[in-house]
Amino acid sequence: MLGQEIKKLVIYTIFLAIIILPMLGFTGGAEFQAERAFLVFGIGVALLVLNLIVKVIRSHRPPPDHDKPSLPERIGDRLHRIPKIFTLGPLLLAAGTFPLVANNYMIDVGITCLIYVCLGLGLNIVVGLCGLLDLGYIAFYAVGAYSYSLLNLTYGFSFWAALPIGVVLGMICGCIIGYPTLKMRGDYLAIVTLGFGEIIRLVLNNWDDLTAGPNGLFGMKRPPLYYPTIEDGGLDMVTYYLTSLPGLFYFILVIAILIIIGVNRLDKSRIGRAWIAIREDEVAAELSGVPTTWLKLLAYAMGAGFASVAGAFFAAKLSYVNPNFFLFMESCIVLSIVVLGGIGSIPGIIIAGFILIAVPEVFRELEAFRMLAFGAIMTTMMIIRPEGLIPASRKKREFHRQRDEAERGPQ
Amino acid sequence: MTEMVLKNVSKRFGGLKAVSDLDMTVPEGRILSLIGPNGAGKTTVFNMVTGVYPPTRGEIHYNGTRLNRLKSSTIVSHGIARTFQNIRLFGSMTVLENVQVGMHCRTKSGPVRALLKTPFERKEEEAITEKTMELLDFFGLADKYNEYASNLPYGDQRLLEIARANASSPKLLLLDEPAAGMNPIETEALMDLILKLRDTGLTIFLVEHDMKLVMGISEQIVVLDHGQKIAEGAPKDIQRNEKVIEAYLGSGAKAEKKAG
Repeated sequence: MLGQEIKKLVIYTIFLAIIILPMLGFTGGAEFQAERAFLVFGIGVALLVLNLIVKVIRSHRPPPDHDKPSLPERIGDRLHRIPKIFTLGPLLLAAGTFPLVANNYMIDVGITCLIYVCLGLGLNIVVGLCGLLDLGYIAFYAVGAYSYSLLNLTYGFSFWAALPIGVVLGMICGCIIGYPTLKMRGDYLAIVTLGFGEIIRLVLNNWDDLTAGPNGLFGMKRPPLYYPTIEDGGLDMVTYYLTSLPGLFYFILVIAILIIIGVNRLDKSRIGRAWIAIREDEVAAELSGVPTTWLKLLAYAMGAGFASVAGAFFAAKLSYVNPNFFLFMESCIVLSIVVLGGIGSIPGIIIAGFILIAVPEVFRELEAFRMLAFGAIMTTMMIIRPEGLIPASRKKREFHRQRDEAERGPQ
Repeated sequence: MTEMVLKNVSKRFGGLKAVSDLDMTVPEGRILSLIGPNGAGKTTVFNMVTGVYPPTRGEIHYNGTRLNRLKSSTIVSHGIARTFQNIRLFGSMTVLENVQVGMHCRTKSGPVRALLKTPFERKEEEAITEKTMELLDFFGLADKYNEYASNLPYGDQRLLEIARANASSPKLLLLDEPAAGMNPIETEALMDLILKLRDTGLTIFLVEHDMKLVMGISEQIVVLDHGQKIAEGAPKDIQRNEKVIEAYLGSGAKAEKKAG
């Protein structure tokens, strides 16, 4: 056992040396910068040794008791027993006061985080609940962004008028990609959706007459708010455009909260149960009376609808869109958020959204190595916690309590 | 009369004739068993009846409706539910939810109602949960409602499959080898349960290898061999039918029996 672990350690160390030493050593020309390279390499080796020690200590402990719920399960149980106001209250308060204490750069990162949380939650319907691997999800985000941009620039539609149209267009696109892929599963589905994502981007890039190609569209109005005032004795509506970053932050915060509530409700509804049944066993679901065709299309449409909302906001916030915002990489990041957070788990996805968007910003100075760190985090997570940060739980705690009371009642 | 009628039903898989010219009727309110050696085409019959694939030839009618080209989920809503030979539960869902999914075709709330959480949706959810708990009580799984289906012991998983099928309020219940892998005591309990289900007015259509169960509860038996019906009748007649003995034990057995 120990011998095997030491053998692994040696192999990993050689691996690390091959990857890290040249990459970090030759950054400023051809001269080898030993100090920096060996520092990072040393940290890596230290982590490996630490891992070995932990493993050895663990192997001397008695095997875990399987009847007892695991630690995350127990923590989850505890969290659910605390009344929601004590857990959600401070969170909302923190989110609400964030723009007051943060600088503009931080608020901007916060807005991006929230946009990605919305996207993650939308993709969660398709990947997490319905079990359809979608690698071209960002296309629907693009559809939302371009719908608003074009409607606003060409016809002067306000954000609120364009939003439902954008959502409907997104949902139609969702069905267009969904329909031909109804019979596909796993790898095949992933490849088709990936292709679809690229098609949308290439269309946007090349349809110069409509989308202005790679130059993009600019000059869209910010999302407006309307409020009444009394002027000259009559009631008048004043239009106020949300131009400040804190204003936009609150706006996307409200959208995100609405999407969280919406996805949560869907998750716990008859539709959500049917989606999960499809994910678990499509044939059994169909033979239990779940119309799988319709529900899979619905999952694509709903996911695409939520992405469209996020896209419309994104276009309105930036007043600028171009096809390069919707690269395959973005789809990957959204999918990573869902996987890292825990497939099907709403709180997990919210946390993962913040981690995956905010952490690379923190490490902005490392530039090219950000992606390396991103990959390292994902790999480590998949090894130590393949079920995600907060694994999804289908257990009903509320109902449990009610039922106990009902049983005690008549006595 | 809500009976199921199969007329001249055949199924080909490429060159293989899985079922050929099968004529049979599943009468209402009875327990009918379909038996036969391995590969006789029993599960194929179930798959055709439940719309997994359409028959190559022939007609399947239920209660006046032609089932041939209908989708499986539509067939379920016509009152035909089934279980599977190898258990197919929704493992990461709870026992409660598994049964709730079975109620899908008898409930209505769509995505809009779920998003808005309308009073209709709430009431329906309450009704679903209440009915589910009643069903779980009936199957003796009520105290395990909050367990993940994959964590249940084998026998309970079999029960849960039947409970889930029952949640769609079927009139005809198809059980595909429900006793597979059960010990004699569990099989005994299963027989009682099937009889109890029959007494609630359900028609039971059974595929089973356990002869004790088949002979113990069936009111009628159809025997398939190489996709063809070779016998039909009451359990006693089937036990004495020479064609059946030959199909199960080979022609040598027949000769032995004649000699002895």
